[in-house]
Amino acid sequence: MGITVVDVTKRFGDFVALEDVSVAIPEGSLTALLGPSGSGKSTLLRVIAGLEDPDRGQVLLGDADVTHRPARARGVGMVFQHYAAFKHMTVSENVAFGLKVRKRPRAEIAGRVHELLELVQLEGLAKRYPAQLSGGQRQRMALARALAVDPEVLLLDEPFGALDARVRKELRAWLRRLHDEVHVTTIIVTHDQEEAMEVAGQIVVLNRGRVEQVGTPRELYESPANEFVMSFVGPVNRIGDSFVRPRDLTLRLEPDADTREAMVERVVHLGFEVRVELVREDGQHLLAQLTQEEAEALELERGLIVYVRPSRETVFTS
Amino acid sequence: MIAKWALRLGALGYLAFLLLVPVGLVFYRTFEHGFHPAWAAVTNPQALHALWLTLLIAAIAVPLNTLFGVTLAIALVRHRFPGRGLVNAIVDLPLALSPVVVGLSLYLLYGTGGWLSGFADHGIKILFALPGMVLATIFVSLPFVVREVVPVLREIGTDQEQAAETLGAAPFTVFRRITLPAIRWAVCYGVVLTTARAIGEFGAVSIVSGRIEGKTETLPLYVQSQFEGFNTTGAFAASVILALIAASTVVAMRFFRPKEEA
Repeated sequence: MGITVVDVTKRFGDFVALEDVSVAIPEGSLTALLGPSGSGKSTLLRVIAGLEDPDRGQVLLGDADVTHRPARARGVGMVFQHYAAFKHMTVSENVAFGLKVRKRPRAEIAGRVHELLELVQLEGLAKRYPAQLSGGQRQRMALARALAVDPEVLLLDEPFGALDARVRKELRAWLRRLHDEVHVTTIIVTHDQEEAMEVAGQIVVLNRGRVEQVGTPRELYESPANEFVMSFVGPVNRIGDSFVRPRDLTLRLEPDADTREAMVERVVHLGFEVRVELVREDGQHLLAQLTQEEAEALELERGLIVYVRPSRETVFTS
Repeated sequence: MIAKWALRLGALGYLAFLLLVPVGLVFYRTFEHGFHPAWAAVTNPQALHALWLTLLIAAIAVPLNTLFGVTLAIALVRHRFPGRGLVNAIVDLPLALSPVVVGLSLYLLYGTGGWLSGFADHGIKILFALPGMVLATIFVSLPFVVREVVPVLREIGTDQEQAAETLGAAPFTVFRRITLPAIRWAVCYGVVLTTARAIGEFGAVSIVSGRIEGKTETLPLYVQSQFEGFNTTGAFAASVILALIAASTVVAMRFFRPKEEA
């Protein structure tokens, strides 16, 4: 089911969490709400879930206006950053909760719980308590619990934020595959642009309670709407009025008319990718991104003088 | 090493001298002439009535304070309302206020010429009767459940409750299935403390009860009246019962505490 948010404003005291936010989430999509902390992304998710009442505006699930419908009647599945596991219930009781509340027959609940635990690969841990699970396992349990009630939409609030980097990467890939399997309209809130780009088909960039841009990961990276999006979705060099991605900085050993001199400060090898930190004669720091081959051809090392030219730059008129 | 032992010895000595010795002495004096005089002293009708009344008052006051305490704790932690800070402060008042003052204020409120003296005019006896004693007991034992539950509610946060809500649970279901299990040990602990306070209350109840022998005399009041009447065996024997109730309370607290910390 698609989600439509129309002109939603939400204040907490003097703080404006959301200001006239309108977003359309297509049915079956996996959309990321991306932004720094305080940008309003979590608030927007909670408004959609029905956990916050907007001061103004509307929330539509499909064609139904649910703005004044309580969370329990919206048919959403929600996953929280800190798992929100029911600590006094076993894994299977956690997953069964939504079905029990709906007073489904016992046999049906048992079948569905089994099916979901299989889906999230927790079959063997049904009788454990949340305290006996790792963070990644808890979050998969929370996901199974949210999916158990066949939600119209799945809302994930920084679901991997409390996990370590390796588990986070695993779960991202797993979430992507899961979404391909269950096709439920999903929104994931994150402050991590890499996570958003890796997981989502569509990204909504939020900043200070406003939508800065909506687009596919590629659109955001290739044609950011403004300075904020440009610098938020990836590292960027500011040269005068223009912005240059580290990848679009060409390094040469010989000067020509368009190049400027810079000195190599540091070379960081990240496997295939090599990051080069440079300082220009006027003191400005630049970051260049090269392939290992390119870096080797230049024989880059600390103290080397190179000549820098942006191969592609973006200027925002505002 | 020596300093450590000195510290322990000091602490133990302090407790022994101030608490164990006096209470132990009461036990000793009670059974000084054997078990039978003591048994007779607490099984006479006046003592039995006092015990019964004490338990009856606790049986009314404790459930009411538990219900009120849990409700108020949830209101204080989960809701924002005008005057919340004031309510939060007032809850502690019974801890700070001398029970005698509580008794006196109830006396002024319900007594002749008081704002609520109308009850008496309609034949509803509050003062010098069970209702007044229950009111006084509720007043003095009010903060315990609230104070135990509030920090636990804060600590568990709202995530679990909100998760349950999105899963389709109605507010009362959320309370029964999620909130209550999470706070149950705090509630138990609060109930134990409330019970201990309710059973031991003397000052406030002493004033509003009028201390009518065999009618409005609770066990602590009975101890006092026997003591004043030079029936030391009766006073000591009744004290032993109060002390035993207190001891079982302490045991109950030990029983509840570790589970909550786990």
